[in-house]
Amino acid sequence: MRARRHFLSVLAGLAALPLARPVRAQAEIVAELVQKLTGGKPVTAGRVTIDTPRLADNGHSVPFRVSVDSPMTAVEHVRSITLLSDRNPRPLMATFRLGPKSGRAVVVTRLRLNGSQRVLAVAQLSDGSFWSGSAEVEVTESACLDMS
Amino acid sequence: MGDGFPIRVYLRLSAVALSVFACAAFSAEPQKPAPLKSGIEFSSDDVRKLQADDFANPGMLWVARGEKLWREPAGAGGQACAACHGDAAKSMKGVAARYPRVDVSAGRLVNLAGRVNICRERNQKAAVFKEESDELLGLTAYVAHQSRGLPVAVSVEPQARKNFERGRELYGTRIGQMNLACTHCHDSNWGKQLLGETISQGHGNAYPAYRLGWQAAGSLARRIRACFFGLRAEMPAYGAQELLDLELYLAVRGNGLPVETPGVRR
Amino acid sequence: MALARVQLPARAKRGEAIEVRIAIQHPMETGFRFDLMGKAIPKNVIHSLRVRYNGAEVFAAEMGSGVAANPYLQFYTVAEASGEFVFEWVDDDGNRGSERASITVVP
Repeated sequence: MRARRHFLSVLAGLAALPLARPVRAQAEIVAELVQKLTGGKPVTAGRVTIDTPRLADNGHSVPFRVSVDSPMTAVEHVRSITLLSDRNPRPLMATFRLGPKSGRAVVVTRLRLNGSQRVLAVAQLSDGSFWSGSAEVEVTESACLDMS
Repeated sequence: MGDGFPIRVYLRLSAVALSVFACAAFSAEPQKPAPLKSGIEFSSDDVRKLQADDFANPGMLWVARGEKLWREPAGAGGQACAACHGDAAKSMKGVAARYPRVDVSAGRLVNLAGRVNICRERNQKAAVFKEESDELLGLTAYVAHQSRGLPVAVSVEPQARKNFERGRELYGTRIGQMNLACTHCHDSNWGKQLLGETISQGHGNAYPAYRLGWQAAGSLARRIRACFFGLRAEMPAYGAQELLDLELYLAVRGNGLPVETPGVRR
Repeated sequence: MALARVQLPARAKRGEAIEVRIAIQHPMETGFRFDLMGKAIPKNVIHSLRVRYNGAEVFAAEMGSGVAANPYLQFYTVAEASGEFVFEWVDDDGNRGSERASITVVP
């Protein structure tokens, strides 16, 4: 009885979710966010590598490694790395601040992905330039629903 | 011999025959999958890596919590677990591998979490921990972790025979809208795909485990409840005898598998 | 109560880039989930983490609900001088957490 009520409440919850924006429309929102981030400066695809599974075990926790090709010296280093999602209800996922003391421009974390999508990483370098990399991740539903 | 079989001999022979029959009727051997494989063998490389990494493994956050609680004074006498049990690595080694078992003074079958709570109440005179609470999961995971790598070695004591039989019966009973029993997936179809997932043999050797889908650590009882829900069956309440009996059956069925707590599963 | 673990080498050579890891128990509640009674569970995520090494910031993370529950972060920093790492974070509800770890740096 409780399980059924819970299941119905979850359904209601899903209905109340911000309707998933079509992926193309969200990609445009992401592009606007990137513009704001860079202050209109161009972003060059390159130097940023993402290591994440092609097929995620579960969208709640997806291993994610982003690295930027940079000597990480006092004069040439990565200032920040920003992660954006083409599918999550909140497109801006995280921003990591690095610096000349970082040694290596590598950050590893675990992300929540609300469905199959592209994740975009934008890095700002100390010379003010912006570089980006992206990865496509497939996220499937669990075989069995679980309201335990 | 003579023209009549002495009644005494007849009765003795019958008794022998009956006891042989009774032993055969109660077989403590469950139907075991062959070869026996832990759930980690059906998991992806990412899940395997995560379980093997003692820092990144999210279940270790609960083990760390358990370690803290182990040393924390509790109850009327302000005694920590450590006050009686000392270094858990020594005193708890091998303990989890033998659960569920009968607690003599309580006179009933208990799993490891139940035994922790019995200690809390009886020996520390402290309040028991709530089912699935961070504290209970933490202490259970911490104690079980001290048996990591050791083979599950649960034996069915005479007082637990009914529980075992009930567990075995439940394991083979169809439930839910999907009208399936545990055996249909975990004995007949392990290794095959169910949507995007590979069906495991349904062992409990990695529990308490961190399930990515739960975004938290959880007990074997929770995992069994999840299976009931997956089949669209009413989930037994936490603490239900059915869950405990199933845990016993699963443990015996999985005897020999290494304890992996804290496991990681998707 | 949030439990956190940090890991970094106890000893390092000056100039060496060392690996630093932190794992925090936190639900990183998205605000999109509902409880058993159908009520929305309010959003509460760790939105800010800052790491200081002998007082100077060496890493920071601004995070949202797109970071998985029980957040895990791994980054690098150059070992400069013996001293202390201080990790500090705060969530939407204003709960603060911190952890410390020492390092011995040899020339």
